[in-house]
Amino acid sequence: MTAHLLKKGTIVRTNPATEQHGHSSPYDVFAIRKDFPILRQKVYGKPLIYLDNAATAQKPQVVIDTLRRYYERTNSNVHRGVHALSQRATEEFENTREKIRDFIDASDTREIVFVRGTTEGINLIAVSYGDSHVSAGDEVVVSEMEHHSNIVPWQLLCERKGAHLKVIPMNDDGELLIDEYAKLLTPKTKIVSLVYVSNSLGTINPVKQMIEMAHKKGICVVIDGAQAAPHLAVSVRELDCDFYVFSSHKMYGPMGVGVVYGKQELLEKMPPYQGGGDMIKSVTFAKTIYNTLPFKFEAGTPNVGDVLGLGAVVDYLQHIGYPAIAEHERDLLEYATARLSTVDGIRLIGTAKDKLGVVSFVLDGVHPHDLGTIVDREGIAIRTGHHCTQPIMQHYNLPATSRASFGIYNTRDEVDALVASIDKVKEVFK
Amino acid sequence: MDELRELYQEMILDHHKNPRNFHGMDAASHAAEGYNPLCGDKVTVYLQLDRDTIKDISFEGSGCAICTASTSVMTELLQGKTLSEAEALFGRFRALVTSDPGEKPDQAGLGKLVIFAGVREYPIRIKCATLPWHTMQAALEDKSETVSTE
Repeated sequence: MTAHLLKKGTIVRTNPATEQHGHSSPYDVFAIRKDFPILRQKVYGKPLIYLDNAATAQKPQVVIDTLRRYYERTNSNVHRGVHALSQRATEEFENTREKIRDFIDASDTREIVFVRGTTEGINLIAVSYGDSHVSAGDEVVVSEMEHHSNIVPWQLLCERKGAHLKVIPMNDDGELLIDEYAKLLTPKTKIVSLVYVSNSLGTINPVKQMIEMAHKKGICVVIDGAQAAPHLAVSVRELDCDFYVFSSHKMYGPMGVGVVYGKQELLEKMPPYQGGGDMIKSVTFAKTIYNTLPFKFEAGTPNVGDVLGLGAVVDYLQHIGYPAIAEHERDLLEYATARLSTVDGIRLIGTAKDKLGVVSFVLDGVHPHDLGTIVDREGIAIRTGHHCTQPIMQHYNLPATSRASFGIYNTRDEVDALVASIDKVKEVFK
Repeated sequence: MDELRELYQEMILDHHKNPRNFHGMDAASHAAEGYNPLCGDKVTVYLQLDRDTIKDISFEGSGCAICTASTSVMTELLQGKTLSEAEALFGRFRALVTSDPGEKPDQAGLGKLVIFAGVREYPIRIKCATLPWHTMQAALEDKSETVSTE
């Protein structure tokens, strides 16, 4: 697939194979919707309105087709077989690694490690890098708005090592306090691990600046890019982060695949995370010699089919174009924020100046779980709960929020339907 | 909308807005905390026993309408009941909310608990209705750890 960006948000497509999807400039959301078969269904007799993209995004036909094609034509183990299928699988697998390198603008494919998802990626870094760099009395810094997956692995590391976890506080808008962050960077700090975009609040953190601040003190920085991947084009070289982690399933790719980017000089020195096949060069009972990067970190048979699915979705997203996606989603967010703000009794949770994709809110006198049930009966899928960010709920002293999160296929009409369904909630609870 | 009214009946909404026996209890002989991590429902149930009779029962906490109403109704119904009567009522209530929604509920001995029959249509919400009962049971068994629905 090829796409030429003429100017921001204007795309001309030249591949006839994709013309049938009927995308047209500048951003044809209805054409994009046609690429997602799951959106064609009705729920409780109403057209499905899927606003739970921050939990997981739906998959375009091209991803589903890639998986089917792989299992129908290519399925074979990689890096081992001399036969045709194995060679084909290996080639497609490694081509995808190159595609991912290009996608996040890493300098070398040796820096791209496939894992199961963001959670496994952070655990890999916390164990492999963490165990070899953090000692008793040292400190690891995370923020108040982290997902549990960027808290618990570091707590485990701190427990193993007798180190301490420090937390960057945020204000009531859901913005990190940079001055407080500066104070937390001390000679004891060994790792900073930060979420790029908050899944609960939508806040985009100024990670580039925060990475720079940590680097001035020689501190390693991990960026959790799970929520950024579907919305923002990322250059790890520009960010200059030491590690970057994201999941396929939140960016319209298959579940069960994620990526760890790590700077080569760091990965080289790190011990393996798991032992097994594929991660070794030679094994004797006396000594095992580990494989080179990135294979040292990919023990066992990788999830080849889903990696290829991730590759397909990277093509798909780049074909639409991240600038066009960002513009569409900014429009939706602004529209949803404006519409929901006018609803009596609604309070928005997360009002950072720089945010994307997510509107969290509470409605006076109605528990989010009740709201979610009633809205669901209108065919609208939103998330209610703590969104795996209990410290955020503690900050606002709330048990839970309702969260609508947007993707490339959502429309203003769907936002209107959400607002109308909240009127129904109020009718039930009046 | 009718289906939703079935779930959110007037009496449920009334107990949600004006929960009965909603306070702590200094003289409690038994207490336990229940938690539903899925939605954040949290209730603490207090009991004061006079031998095997529930002399007083109350609760505190915050939860969804189903959970709050279910706890409130439970505390109303269990005042003055014996432990075996409480246990039997819980059994009947559990049978009600987990019964086939296509069938007419067996209302025998349930009293106003039948208002929760609508929960059967919403499997994910059954735990909201049963959490207070599990918590009551844990209090009587003197379990120290928080009761979790997960």
